[in-house]
Amino acid sequence: MLMNPAIRRYYRRILPLGLVYAVLLVAIVALFWRGALHGPIAYVAALLPAVPLIGTFVALGQYMVEETDEYLRMLMIRQSLIASGFMVSVMTAWGFLEGFGLVPHIVSYYAAVLWFAGLWIGWGYNIVAMRRPA
Amino acid sequence: MKNRLKVLRAERDWSQGDLAERLEVSRQSVNAIETGRYDPSLPLAFKIAELFGLAIEDIFTSPSKEPVT
Repeated sequence: MLMNPAIRRYYRRILPLGLVYAVLLVAIVALFWRGALHGPIAYVAALLPAVPLIGTFVALGQYMVEETDEYLRMLMIRQSLIASGFMVSVMTAWGFLEGFGLVPHIVSYYAAVLWFAGLWIGWGYNIVAMRRPA
Repeated sequence: MKNRLKVLRAERDWSQGDLAERLEVSRQSVNAIETGRYDPSLPLAFKIAELFGLAIEDIFTSPSKEPVT
């Protein structure tokens, strides 16, 4: 694994964000499950799990800015573009299926789930591209 | 883009890691450039050329001058 200073900073940022996300999600789901959240507080609480997720997008952007190795930066940009393309494609296709009443509605935070899944696809593509003869 | 990086590196008995350290890039970057899978930016190409004391065109072959296969 490549671990230059920019990548180390990236991991130092996203690992706590992942932990905060997990804790917030479990806590807020539990509170909603018990019916403990109402009114404006419920809106704030419902938005809280989104904050660390948005933080991971910011951390990724920071990494792209801070990475001084242009090849590694290109790999991450390509990985993110593949993730974005995957997410937009699936969401668009699902939107049409849903619009014609063929599939159930899904909540929009699945866009983030798909994007993170797309990062793995992008990572796989980068591995294949790195091994492919020129 | 074809280049003579591997030959120039071998002449100096440098590993990819040695060259990467001198260029302040990752070994993976050197490998990708050396194998022609990644074309460096102009600033990095200049840095490589200056490190070897050569002109860019002495290291990298212009795609327009590469033989058609």
